[in-house]
Amino acid sequence: MTSSAQPPGAHLPEHPDFLWDDPEPKSSYDVVVVGGGGHGLATAYYLAKVHDITNVAVLEKGWLAGGNMARNTTIIRSNYLWDESSGIYEHSLKLWEGLEEDLGYPILFDQRGVLNLAHSLQDVRDSVRRVNANRLNGIDAEWVDPDGVKEICPIVNTSPDVRYPVLGATYQPRAGIAKHDYVAWGYARAAHAMGVDLIQSCEVTGLETSQGRITAVETSRGRIAAGKVALCAAGHSSVLAKMVGLSLPLASHPLQALVSELLEPVHPTVVMSNAVHVYVSQAHKGELVMGAGIDSYNGYGQRGSFHIIEQQMSAALELFPVFARAHLLRTWAGIVDVSPDASPIVGLTPVGGLYLNCGWGTGGFKATPGVGDCFAHTIAHDKPHPFNEPFTLERFTTGALVDEHGAAAVAH
Amino acid sequence: MTLRTPTGGSIDRNTLLHFTFNGRPYTGHPGDTLASALLAHGVHEIGSSVKLGRPRGIVAAGSEDPTSLVQVEAPFSEPMLPATTVELYDGLVARGLAGQGRLSAEPDPARYDAKHEHCDVLVVGAGPAGLMAALTAARSGARVVLVDEQNQAGGALLGVDEYLDDRPSAEWVADVVAELRSTPGVLVLERTTAFGMYQDGFVLALQKRTDHLGFAAPASVARQRVWRIRTKQTVLATGAHERPVAFTDNDRPGIMLASSARTFLHRYGVLPGSRAVVFTTNDSAYCAAIDLAESGVDIALIADARPETPARLATECAARGIEVRAGHVVVGTQGDGRVSGVRIAPLAGTSPDVTVACDTVLVSGGWNPVVSLFSQARGKLRYDAELGAFVPGEELPTVRVAGSATGELDLGACARQGRDAGAQAAAAAGFTPGGQVPLPVSDSRCTARSGLVLWRVPGDDDASFVDLQRDSTVADVLRATGAGLRSLEHVKRYTTIGTAHDQGKTSGMIAAGIVAEELGVELAEQRPTTFRPPFTSVSFAALAGRDRGELHDPVRVTSIHPWHVAHGALFEDVGQWKRPWYYPQEGEDLHTAVLRECKATRESVGMMDGSTLGKIDVQGRDAGKFLDMLYTNMMGTLKVGRIRYGVMCGVDGMVIDDGTVIRIGEERYLVTTTTGNAAKILDWMEEWLQTEWPHLDVHCTSVTEHWATIPLVGPRSRDVLAAVAPSLDVSNEAFEFMTWRDTEVAGVPARVCRISFSGELAYEINVTAWHGIAVWEALMAAGEQYGITPYGTETMHVLRAEKGYPIIGQETDATVTPQDLGMSWAVSKKKPDFIGKRSFARAENNRSDRKQLVGLLPVDPAVLLPEGSQIVETDRLPEPPVRMLGHVTSSYPSAALGRTFALALLRSGHERIGETLYVPVEDSLVPVTVTESVLYDKEGARRDG
Amino acid sequence: MQLIPCPWCGPREEAEFHYGGQAHVAYPGDPSALTDEEWARYVFFRENPSGPFAERWSHNAGCRRWFNAVRDTRTHDLLAVYRVGEPMPEVTA
Ligand SMILES: Cc1cc2nc3c(=O)[nH]c(=O)nc-3n(C[C@H](O)[C@H](O)[C@H](O)COP(=O)(O)OP(=O)(O)OC[C@H]3O[C@@H](n4cnc5c(N)ncnc54)[C@H](O)[C@@H]3O)c2cc1C
Ligand SMILES: [Zn+2]
Repeated sequence: MTSSAQPPGAHLPEHPDFLWDDPEPKSSYDVVVVGGGGHGLATAYYLAKVHDITNVAVLEKGWLAGGNMARNTTIIRSNYLWDESSGIYEHSLKLWEGLEEDLGYPILFDQRGVLNLAHSLQDVRDSVRRVNANRLNGIDAEWVDPDGVKEICPIVNTSPDVRYPVLGATYQPRAGIAKHDYVAWGYARAAHAMGVDLIQSCEVTGLETSQGRITAVETSRGRIAAGKVALCAAGHSSVLAKMVGLSLPLASHPLQALVSELLEPVHPTVVMSNAVHVYVSQAHKGELVMGAGIDSYNGYGQRGSFHIIEQQMSAALELFPVFARAHLLRTWAGIVDVSPDASPIVGLTPVGGLYLNCGWGTGGFKATPGVGDCFAHTIAHDKPHPFNEPFTLERFTTGALVDEHGAAAVAH
Repeated sequence: MTLRTPTGGSIDRNTLLHFTFNGRPYTGHPGDTLASALLAHGVHEIGSSVKLGRPRGIVAAGSEDPTSLVQVEAPFSEPMLPATTVELYDGLVARGLAGQGRLSAEPDPARYDAKHEHCDVLVVGAGPAGLMAALTAARSGARVVLVDEQNQAGGALLGVDEYLDDRPSAEWVADVVAELRSTPGVLVLERTTAFGMYQDGFVLALQKRTDHLGFAAPASVARQRVWRIRTKQTVLATGAHERPVAFTDNDRPGIMLASSARTFLHRYGVLPGSRAVVFTTNDSAYCAAIDLAESGVDIALIADARPETPARLATECAARGIEVRAGHVVVGTQGDGRVSGVRIAPLAGTSPDVTVACDTVLVSGGWNPVVSLFSQARGKLRYDAELGAFVPGEELPTVRVAGSATGELDLGACARQGRDAGAQAAAAAGFTPGGQVPLPVSDSRCTARSGLVLWRVPGDDDASFVDLQRDSTVADVLRATGAGLRSLEHVKRYTTIGTAHDQGKTSGMIAAGIVAEELGVELAEQRPTTFRPPFTSVSFAALAGRDRGELHDPVRVTSIHPWHVAHGALFEDVGQWKRPWYYPQEGEDLHTAVLRECKATRESVGMMDGSTLGKIDVQGRDAGKFLDMLYTNMMGTLKVGRIRYGVMCGVDGMVIDDGTVIRIGEERYLVTTTTGNAAKILDWMEEWLQTEWPHLDVHCTSVTEHWATIPLVGPRSRDVLAAVAPSLDVSNEAFEFMTWRDTEVAGVPARVCRISFSGELAYEINVTAWHGIAVWEALMAAGEQYGITPYGTETMHVLRAEKGYPIIGQETDATVTPQDLGMSWAVSKKKPDFIGKRSFARAENNRSDRKQLVGLLPVDPAVLLPEGSQIVETDRLPEPPVRMLGHVTSSYPSAALGRTFALALLRSGHERIGETLYVPVEDSLVPVTVTESVLYDKEGARRDG
Repeated sequence: MQLIPCPWCGPREEAEFHYGGQAHVAYPGDPSALTDEEWARYVFFRENPSGPFAERWSHNAGCRRWFNAVRDTRTHDLLAVYRVGEPMPEVTA
């Protein structure tokens, strides 16, 4: 066979020969994690690894990590505005930096940097404010002018003659992307190896309580008794919480994303733009990965409306004229649980032994290791980890919101 | 070498087209695709594979082809197109790809657009079933749209030489299309691929309008168009794709699908090679073998995996001297690049291989109905064990499937299904069937039937390719199942099968089959991987359409805009508006220009274009009551003729907007909003009115663009106004602060408001937008003797900041209350309720350490703090995380103060007045003194001039 | 893109509409009488069911009227639309 040079990035690292098996659920576990997405798997992993709690089941109604974990655009960054957010996202980013070794799985974590573009004078003020806050919080952040943007990502159109010229950007060099499936599978494999049961096609249909304490979950595969139950159901969090009469300040929306065919490397970093509503990176194999804002309505259908994609394309071509003849190959949608202040809810609930992790909306992939670690701590100690302490449900009553809408650019 | 047949095919043999592939010149004909033209020259090898670098050829004849990826280089570079979908034109330059395309750095000169179309019946696919459906629906009077991705109608008929009703099928097709085209209300779109099927009959289709014209494409015609079709009923007549079988070394160029070879023969007059081995599991490949044999291809052998060959086919083959080996399969291939031979062996048993020399291998593993759109429409699929494929498994109220997309392979039956579907669709859309369309009668020798379902031939799994584009093999699938994976979605992700440009059209089913076999589960119980839009790839530019450049988002300009342009203003984007930012004179930068503008205004007179301010006319008996609910302060008590500043909060108690409210009459107010929030505030008002307080008699109308608004500002503003408004008594006594008058300015009816956003004596002059420029120029002329100075948003910002007035969105960020802004005076204590009031009582709102608006004076009066700087307590930075007290919201050099100053939101700010704090700026800490937010004219002495 | 039957204008493209979340959440008669918790419930908490959902839309780029709809959030199918003030119709999802 003739063999020509391989295009760069065409290879992905091999998966291990064995990932996990498919056990029957036991009748009882110390901890039942509901939802086998990234957060559920990471939580189970840290429960086993850090807290030595291994009699754990992760119950997933579909296929493992087939929800948002399989659908997100994998942007990882920690340059959020408020101290509370910086705390947990930076904790997460630090864990990302050692995760490949920790899991023994090639997760393709690539710190290629993230640019958040500013298109108006107010964008510039907000961006500089966030950069300054990040730095004082020990997070790497820079403000770069349009020439700097061009240097980092030469294909961005920084001409002043476009509809909304690029006035500069914030840049976080340590930010980047990873391969979502590999991350999920890495956690799953490692959790399985420590004795965690990963149970697929197992939908939780009811939560059983007795005297204000959780006792079991009802599932499509029967009742499973549980000492503690941890909800990691992302888009379905409201549905599950409702089973114990708990209502949450969440709305589940479709969020769409798309990829192009494989292209030679043109885009070395990640670019996000709030004002023109698009964010783009080029994945390891060469496909352009792109997303935009949520569909406006509540929806559990894992699909959105096409005009969102069309708008995002026009925004993308404003910023990246070279994309004109790239082709859209595939679109899809996830279900994201959006909270009023664009910050998560992680902590205890009024029901003893029931723990809540939700509200990550459009941006929880990057939090996977961080929240997995903190949530496991919360479950193990029945007390929030300092990093998730601010993210209570009560904050909506007291008014102590952590509002990340204003200055955090697109919330991915 | 030419492999072009002497006659036949729908190509124009009299015209020669020249093209270049991989740097070599070739010729072809109109009607060719790049693939058929290359095959005519014996070129099978197109590119190489992405991972292993193995040569890749042409597997199929249409858009399902997994391997023939090319980069078109001229007339304009475009990546990753299957050569089978590139229509040939003169001057085409292309090269084969190794799995990755390249984006051109040149701007794409082409235009793209979109069109909306509404119809009763949409038919997707113009094969026999689709044509029958469209014609039947059209005869009922329904508005019909028929789309097909090919450049001509006919579908599967294009690839055969059958007769329909005793004449070439092309004639039958031409007649049907002619009738459709001449029927009013019918739209036939070729080169148009329905790629997405969404809610409520919304179908997206991409039409390639000029690609086939190459260099001759007129620049004025949009190259591609997205049709946004809204249909009541849809008939999917999308056909079926032949699928291969995985066997050892099945990826060499020269190995192609049997029916595709037949299509190359009949549609393009091209032979795939000179000596072919056929490997099939079913009848349909025999048609290809026989047709090719009759056209001069030496059919070395037919290996039929089935234990027995149907007698009729055996006879036909015998008559042509074609050897058939039943129960045999291809177990391996040879070749250096292109295939040069195969090894044949019995499927069962252990007989040794036989090697057969050949330059072509034609494979058929059966048929996959094209169910992508049906599945996108949320139709459930069912596994058809006989066919070895997923077929539509339920009826949908508005989507019907007809023809081989249902799994039906017989032409007559397909046509009947099409006719029925067309009639039912028309009826469901409310039409009575018209003339009965007679079913065409075929002379076909090949009654295709399903055969043996065979996914793979045992052999070297590492060289048995499932997805030829992704270099994924049987071994990869087995590794995935061996790793514990059960779901097809997991296997797809583990192996990457089905994720390439073809989205697994030919590979997905095989992967599913192998997984089911390995796991010992029924395919009927497996869920196929989800079909996602688009069906075939769509260029980004086509989706962006016309919404680019200036049309990306409308540009809004005021009626005075041309004057600003003519006078050298630089502009700031505020929402969709272009606002003058400042008016630099020769040699001035932002700071010098703004200092000059500020100075002129505070010392004499300046003016600006304030037309972008949102203006909402609020009328009705309950207008006052309504505004009392929206604003934190009282509006109902405002006297006619007077003006009040007001703040609006959300229900969460955070400031959302501010502006002036003027009372025009007992039942009429004019409300102004910030420029960026005009539409939002109108929406806000209407939402409350319609959904909460429908009993209130209030009507709101946006009048933003009706008015040109010119603030005339500075101690000399009274003199200027007096000069152009002789009928107006401009004295303080007659025209008080916070009142308004209707009068004439520069001979034009005007409403003048005495309000000030700078602390200076000021008048806001409002005239109808028509007269904006004239009045502006009249003011300029009248002010000339005072050195009247036009200023922009930056100077406005400085003047208001010197007075401590906040800008919504700059001093606020959805976490700031009126109290935080020091505006408790604007929060009514008397009103029982207004929006946001209850939130002020929450615990968090009553903390003493909230961030509050203050002024900051750098200890060094020459130091300008960057906006967005953070504020810290100590003159030394501790290790991060550093406790931050707040941030600088606005910061300017001030002509009036003779120094720099800033506004900031500061934790416990109101208690910190007089404290020294620090602002980290790059590597230093700048000491600043905290002051009240009002820094200039604290007594308000300048307001009355 | 959904086709939304505005009760005033008839079916129109989704892009003409603005979404308003859960319907029938009345502004409290006397907010000052509510506890912080009750008030928070009004301000931030909305139903978020998987299934039929009574919600608000406004025909922003059309008649500019608000109306209510029952939509199945699993399929996104609109099951009913009705004008403000009208009771929620019975629907079968
Ligand atoms: C298109 C898109 C792009 C995104 N881009 C980014 C990005 O760039 N960066 C970023 O940081 N974040 C991004 N996100 C957000 C991120 O994906 C989510 O915040 C995060 O994945 C949520 O956590 P998870 O992985 O546990 O969720 P999921 O993977 O959704 O896991 C929840 C799981 O719970 C299961 N479940 C639900 N109900 C039940 C039940 N009753 N019983 C059993 N199981 C149940 C679900 O099936 C699902 O598998 C994006 C999201 C989407 C949709
Ligand atoms: Zn309407």
